[in-house]
Amino acid sequence: MSKHHVSTTINGEPVEFLCETQQTMLDTLRDVLGLTGSKEGCASGDCGACTIICDGKIVCSCLMLGVEAEGKTITTIEGIAQGDHLHPVQQKFLEHAALQCGFCTPGFIVAAKALLDENPNPTETEARYWLAGNLCRCTGYDKIIRAVMDAAAEMRGEAVR
Amino acid sequence: MNYIGTDLRVVGTRPVRPDGVDKVTGRAMFGADMVMPGMLWGKVKRSPHAHARIVSIDASKALKLPGVRAVVTAADLPDIPSEEAFVGEGPMNFRDLSRNCMARDKALYEGHAVAAVAAISQAVCDAALDLIDVKYEVLPYVIDVEAAMADDAPILHEDLFTANLEPKPTKPSNVAKRVYFHKGDAEAGFKEADVIVEGRYTTEPVHQAYIEPHACLCSYGADGQCTIFSSSQGHFMVRSYVAKLLGIDISNIRATPAEIGGGFGGKTLVYLEPVALALSKMCGRPVKMQMTREEVFRASGPTSGATIEVKIGAKKDGTIVAAKELLKYQAGAFPGSPIQPGCMCGFAMYDIPNVEVLGYDVVSNRPKVAAYRAPGAPISSFAVESAVDDLARKLKMDPIAIREKNGAHNGTKTHYGPTHQNIGFLATLEAAKNSAHWKSPLKPGQGRGIACGFWFNIGGESSAAVHVAEDGTVVAVSGSPDIGGSRASIGMMVAETLQIPAEKVRTIVADTASIGFTHVTGGSRVTFATGMAATMAAEKVVDQLKQRAAMIWDITPDAVDWRDGAAHPAGTNAGAFEPLSLAEIALKAARTGGPVTSEVSVNAQGAGPGFGAHIADVDVDRETGQVTITRYTAVQDVGRAIHPSYVEGQIQGGAVQGIGWALNEEYIYDKNGKMDNPGFLDYRCPVASDLPMIEAILVEVPNPRHPFGARGVGEVPIIPPMAAVGNAIRDAIGLRLPSLPMSPPKVRKALDVANGDD
Amino acid sequence: MPTLNYAAPSTVDEAVKLLAGASGLAKVLAGGTDLLVQMRSGRLKPELIVDTKQIPGIIGIREEGGGFVVGAATPGADVEAHAGMNKAWPGVVEALDLIGSTQIQGRCSLAGNLCNASPAADSVPALFAAGAIAVVVGSKGRREVPVEQIPAGPGRTNLAKDEFILEFKFPPRPPRSGDAYLRFIPRTEMDIAVVGVGISVTLDAKGVCTAARVALGAVAPTVLLVEDAEDALIGHTLDDATLAKLDSVARAVCNPINDKRGTIEYRTKVAGVLARRVAAIAFDRAMGKSQGKTH
Repeated sequence: MSKHHVSTTINGEPVEFLCETQQTMLDTLRDVLGLTGSKEGCASGDCGACTIICDGKIVCSCLMLGVEAEGKTITTIEGIAQGDHLHPVQQKFLEHAALQCGFCTPGFIVAAKALLDENPNPTETEARYWLAGNLCRCTGYDKIIRAVMDAAAEMRGEAVR
Repeated sequence: MNYIGTDLRVVGTRPVRPDGVDKVTGRAMFGADMVMPGMLWGKVKRSPHAHARIVSIDASKALKLPGVRAVVTAADLPDIPSEEAFVGEGPMNFRDLSRNCMARDKALYEGHAVAAVAAISQAVCDAALDLIDVKYEVLPYVIDVEAAMADDAPILHEDLFTANLEPKPTKPSNVAKRVYFHKGDAEAGFKEADVIVEGRYTTEPVHQAYIEPHACLCSYGADGQCTIFSSSQGHFMVRSYVAKLLGIDISNIRATPAEIGGGFGGKTLVYLEPVALALSKMCGRPVKMQMTREEVFRASGPTSGATIEVKIGAKKDGTIVAAKELLKYQAGAFPGSPIQPGCMCGFAMYDIPNVEVLGYDVVSNRPKVAAYRAPGAPISSFAVESAVDDLARKLKMDPIAIREKNGAHNGTKTHYGPTHQNIGFLATLEAAKNSAHWKSPLKPGQGRGIACGFWFNIGGESSAAVHVAEDGTVVAVSGSPDIGGSRASIGMMVAETLQIPAEKVRTIVADTASIGFTHVTGGSRVTFATGMAATMAAEKVVDQLKQRAAMIWDITPDAVDWRDGAAHPAGTNAGAFEPLSLAEIALKAARTGGPVTSEVSVNAQGAGPGFGAHIADVDVDRETGQVTITRYTAVQDVGRAIHPSYVEGQIQGGAVQGIGWALNEEYIYDKNGKMDNPGFLDYRCPVASDLPMIEAILVEVPNPRHPFGARGVGEVPIIPPMAAVGNAIRDAIGLRLPSLPMSPPKVRKALDVANGDD
Repeated sequence: MPTLNYAAPSTVDEAVKLLAGASGLAKVLAGGTDLLVQMRSGRLKPELIVDTKQIPGIIGIREEGGGFVVGAATPGADVEAHAGMNKAWPGVVEALDLIGSTQIQGRCSLAGNLCNASPAADSVPALFAAGAIAVVVGSKGRREVPVEQIPAGPGRTNLAKDEFILEFKFPPRPPRSGDAYLRFIPRTEMDIAVVGVGISVTLDAKGVCTAARVALGAVAPTVLLVEDAEDALIGHTLDDATLAKLDSVARAVCNPINDKRGTIEYRTKVAGVLARRVAAIAFDRAMGKSQGKTH
């Protein structure tokens, strides 16, 4: 079976790769491109650990074929920080101890960043429903939601805790 | 040394964890993230039958497939004799562990590994597995615990005879073990009771459901030296178990701990590592294996499903005079359910003069049970705490008051032997009673429930080292995989002891060749035992620093004080020397005797038990039966919160796992004994929108056996939620739901039956 | 080793040719949120994947003839962001919005949901209730099919091997019309519907129902369009008697199975409960009383 040659943009950089038809975008990121920040938790779109941003929308990379990346603009967890400058969501996750094992964290951070890009002032309920597709087994979600709300406040320029 | 009650500057604060940036940027390496040159992929072929004799395995076609490099079956692994061991919090037999990793003679559950293949890609592995021809003789199977105990049940092991029975049985059984505890005379006690409550409860198997599936990368060198990179709750455990299962010298294996994406007890044993290493040995290349989510559910240990019968007798004034419990726990395919701690923990919170607890460990055709956060106790407490709630109602007593009246205190002798010392149960109840939640009004139609939990926590063997670098910064090394922020607390205890800021200590987790033996990260032991070792190592470093300062000043070491991260002369008699900072002493280390460093190994004793009290408020949709948690508070005695955020995190996470266990999580089997819901779609863990904030209230009754007073905290919080939610539902709709999960159809059915609408 | 080919045609004709000419199993790929799951689990082993997303118009929403036309492969998130669809068909929008998670919404589509033909599909009852028309293309040309004629049974449609849906046409909305969708799931998100109900009504100035379409999901081998329920509503306001009749009609048409998501008994009871609740919201929306989301 011959591979597909794909040209795409990942984290602001032009990227070319080869992949087989059945390789998902997640397989491609992890095994072809060495971008292991996105995780496989279920491979069925139920846990969100593989969340990436594709053309402005969050998607499960396990439910997208690598070949579909052609011409798209993709952001992964590796592209959320700018150099050593963390995104407010990342910073607040650290301050609020919103991670324990850290496995679900990349998925949550990408999803939360997308939430705040679309809705800079979410209510707690809106944040919880937006993030319902990201499973966490360690934190019970409490500190994650606090971190997201605090990041939102900071990005709006408020100093609320 | 003991720092309880002293002024602390680091312990109790909330610095950013040292491994945090790696984890929020995706740089941290988990079990499946490592690659090695020449790496192959490995996959497992699994039994489609719940119970079957393996007649033959023919891998010849698979071996001929281009890209396949090795196939392994039980025939390629040593036949391990029966040998008992104790692991973390559960019994383990190495023969059973070996046969669980790779079936020998019989497949004992759907999903049981029967063969494995290594190939150049996952796609080739999948094709190869299809070409392995396994012939089975399908046997009748049994799943339900009471069905497995019946005389006519299909027998899983012809050589399993119930232990602790007199006279010794001659017929094999699925009942592996009988456990019995008693104190006083329960039957006589019940005769003195004014009021008796009884209840029968059932629970289904539930999975730890860590988001990271099991994964490893193993390499067997041509000279027999092996490396294992895997996520586990104990890389020393991985090393020992793999050595045992493959017949290798332990020192020939170097196990490196990957970051671990959740364990909760489910990663305190091995599944893939022995298989991957065996494949690697066969083909001479590193082999990477990872489970799919479906494999995790079908083939890695959930905890037991169970039936529990409880009977409690009390006087009119609420004094409990007798209590009895009968527990039957599923062990899965091999013996080893957490029946023992289940029998220990249910009544351990109470001071009851007459207690009788009988428990059975029962095998059945489902995956071998593994530890799950306070193994055995949540099941037992679901029953006991529901019964105590019923008792309180019958006596028209407040549910906290009845627990205060009967609560264990210092000096209470438990029914399983030890006497409670330095415990904080009454303080926990007090804090619950005074909480804003308990005092707040309920909305019409809502219900409120409270329930408690106890876990003994363990200590055990841990090693830690503290090294002072040439510039005076510090590296703390631990042998404990970091599941939930333990690097942070270990580093903080070292920083506190050295009296330097937390950021000046870097904490790492070292591989098995680079630090002394350390027992698993489990049993709520790391902050206690590894913290103890790290603190002691830091204290030894302080002694060395004082000696070096003394040398530099040409005075005796007892004339040197260590404070604020520097050596000071102890008084004006010692001399008018300027303080010497860590950096200044470190600079001169070579000239004053060499590197400043210390490694300490302990077998920590005196782990303090933990108690929790949880309050749940619920709304119940009477038409659909859906239960919504509207408010939740978890109170717990933590001894001393080293890093309060991570202590709160343990409590919140455990509480939410318990809420899932209470409401929707369960293994569902089809009529062929196969798991029907092996995925996150139909195995229903709580999602963010299901829950309110979880308020964690930390009570600190110090544990005097730990330098800072810490108790283990991780396991207690999963124990109370099921009864707290069940008691809240009881409060809302007036009905007791005795069967977990308390899912909407069951709630609706209970209401219909009560209304005569059924 | 099995082969798997992929093609991304840029016209309808190319796509139809690929599907017609496939020797083995060929599957259309829109959002992939069902297809990839089924490939991964081994349930489906296609030899050809035809990615239709490059076809002009298959993604996008436009107004035509007083109604909306939604491209078959339009991601749910785009439909949810569309002001016009939200105003005219809040029930369709909320039903589509309930599929999976926000991440699933970034990819899932009305056509995928319909053609996957799960009896429990969330958007389908609302789509049926809306009276949407599927524009089907194939080698025999183009035909317009009422959406309720597409599903044939669990996992099966009435489409030919070389056919796929290009777009959905929603009819113009008469004044005082409202639709709504609710499902019952054990959690608050992420579950497959145990029961789903979609209702669309048109009322007169006094609140009396003049037109109604009622669809039930997850209670039969396909989503059901329930004529008896329409009869229960037409000519009535939503008073207690009407609600009770609607409840019993909904329960009477149920023919569900026992499975890991619900029992026959439970699904039947909840069908009645949801029918009442959805009707209340649809009637309210028709009278302009609320445009808010149901969850």
